[in-house]
Amino acid sequence: MKEQNSVRFEFPSLSANEGFARGAVACFAAQLDMTLTELGDVKTAVSEAVTNCIVHAYPDSIGPVHMRLRILEDGVLEVQVKDRGRGIEDVDKAREPLFTTGGEDRGGMGFTIMESFMDTVKVRSKVGAGTTVTMRKRVERRRAAR
Amino acid sequence: MRLTSSRQGGKLIFALAGELDHHEAGGLMGELEERIEAAAPRDCVLDLEGLRFMDSSGIALILKLYKRMNATGGRLFVENVQSQPMRVLDASGIDRMVAIEPSPAPEKK
Repeated sequence: MKEQNSVRFEFPSLSANEGFARGAVACFAAQLDMTLTELGDVKTAVSEAVTNCIVHAYPDSIGPVHMRLRILEDGVLEVQVKDRGRGIEDVDKAREPLFTTGGEDRGGMGFTIMESFMDTVKVRSKVGAGTTVTMRKRVERRRAAR
Repeated sequence: MRLTSSRQGGKLIFALAGELDHHEAGGLMGELEERIEAAAPRDCVLDLEGLRFMDSSGIALILKLYKRMNATGGRLFVENVQSQPMRVLDASGIDRMVAIEPSPAPEKK
């Protein structure tokens, strides 16, 4: 899919940056004429992906979170969230609703929410090397900014 | 995130305003539990009228609050849920356990 615009940034896995990541995505996505519901869905998915980095990828340390946002042809927004943390042993298990290694403060609903709110969610992970989550959502019946 | 609480008969009402994510949820449950201990209410209401964003951290919080109230035979009501938090709650299926009521005047657009 042809790329029309993109932006990359990196921040430390501090929980205060969860709100920053949502805001940054909302600013970039403003180029696509999204409805409030679509924008809310994207912000929620981003919040889940970034929280996973903070809680699971770097449980006892602070590490870098890389984000890449792209607008592709046909009004598709792509969000990639990448960490160099501890990785996921069993990705299929991690994607199951209510599965969590985060104790009862976490609901185990992160991937379920990402999958409900985005069109596609791809997860690549290697234990000890990190995880990359790539999500896409197509904005319906609207055109991308030129 | 702003938390205010008030008493209405046997109910303890918590009003949350702002954004509820993992960052904000951190100290919030402890604060809610403390206020429940102090007030010993029969039931508890979570008023989300001012909550404009919530992710799955909110689901975990509501489940914990539900279990806390259940342990003493009380109920939990979640009220005035705005559209974005409502979509998250819908996706979670939590309404099978907890009484959830959307905002009476949904946001336009």
